[in-house]
Amino acid sequence: MEQPRPAALTARRAGLVACTRCTRVQAPAARCERCNAPLASRAALGLQRVWAWMMAGIILYIPANTLPMLRTSTLGSAEESTIVGGIIDLVLYGSYFVAIVVFVASVLIPVLKFVAIGYLALSLKHRVPISAHQRLQLYEVVEFIGRWSMIDVFVVAILSALVQLGFVASVNPGPAAACFALSVVFTMLAAQSFDPRLIWDAIEEDQ
Amino acid sequence: MARCQRCHTPLIFPRGQAVARVVALSLTILILMIAAVFFPFLTLEAGGFRNSATLIDAATAFDEGWLIPLSGLVAAFILILPAIRTGALLYALMPLLAARPPARYAAMAMRIANRIRPWAMAEIFVVGMVVALVKIVELASVTPGPAFWAFCGLVAITVLKDTYMCRWSIWNSLAPPR
Repeated sequence: MEQPRPAALTARRAGLVACTRCTRVQAPAARCERCNAPLASRAALGLQRVWAWMMAGIILYIPANTLPMLRTSTLGSAEESTIVGGIIDLVLYGSYFVAIVVFVASVLIPVLKFVAIGYLALSLKHRVPISAHQRLQLYEVVEFIGRWSMIDVFVVAILSALVQLGFVASVNPGPAAACFALSVVFTMLAAQSFDPRLIWDAIEEDQ
Repeated sequence: MARCQRCHTPLIFPRGQAVARVVALSLTILILMIAAVFFPFLTLEAGGFRNSATLIDAATAFDEGWLIPLSGLVAAFILILPAIRTGALLYALMPLLAARPPARYAAMAMRIANRIRPWAMAEIFVVGMVVALVKIVELASVTPGPAFWAFCGLVAITVLKDTYMCRWSIWNSLAPPR
């Protein structure tokens, strides 16, 4: 995996900055000369934003799990289910595959994301057994996969719009839907605030 | 194809027809989007009762009390942001196809299109549709309408377009490197 790499000349060592939006490499300035995006050699405030967004995401993830996600009423009897309750119902119906999809999207990905972002942020200051390349791959996975947590919110939206048969059956959204959606948004912002170039800076200091 | 010498991620794809492809696929997406918004999306039948929902009904399903802002968020994720993104790409790239100089705010449009990419979640909504269908198929019969198929098509083409899109080549067509 770790093959010897030629020492790369980085933009930072050449006294230049690469725009993360349009890829142009240029002399340091406040904004990109081509696309006018804010330009910074490394994310300002370092990891503070990452931690702040992540804390907000973790705090909202708690009511997202304890409050009801769906309110179902069939023939006069009402029932409320949480995220985990909904997954258990799917297992009881025998829809194992969909149960796994919802479990991965609503439980596994958010929890692993909190752990992964925290780990990446701590790895910049402390020695960790994972190489810089693998940490970059971890970051890319986290950034790619985070938005898929939104599946459950969309399921609630579709069910609530469709199942409106008055007394026979109706489905309405619960407060957990909003908490969960915001938790996903905040963790996406946490991942976006993390500047992966900081990972490479650490190995350059080692060399 | 140029690759990063450190982590071997492909950096640059041949420019080729990069711009033409993105424009063609974006136009297709726009047409499918109009169909997806105005045709019925899903129809539910149970015990003689019947309810039809459009995509807009699904986006505005959070209609009680303090859940209302969530409707705005969902509408943005599945309809508004994908539409803005497609429109911005067309605005930035269409003049290039006609061999004209880039439009006045082409760079800004392109930057917006890149910026909102993670927030346009149409493909995630499709997976949500499948999960929702499995959940109710036991209780009632559900018929997909034309909008359902239009939406599935538009998501498949969006994924195809994003795979074809090479930021470096497209930015260089907008503003050549000096």
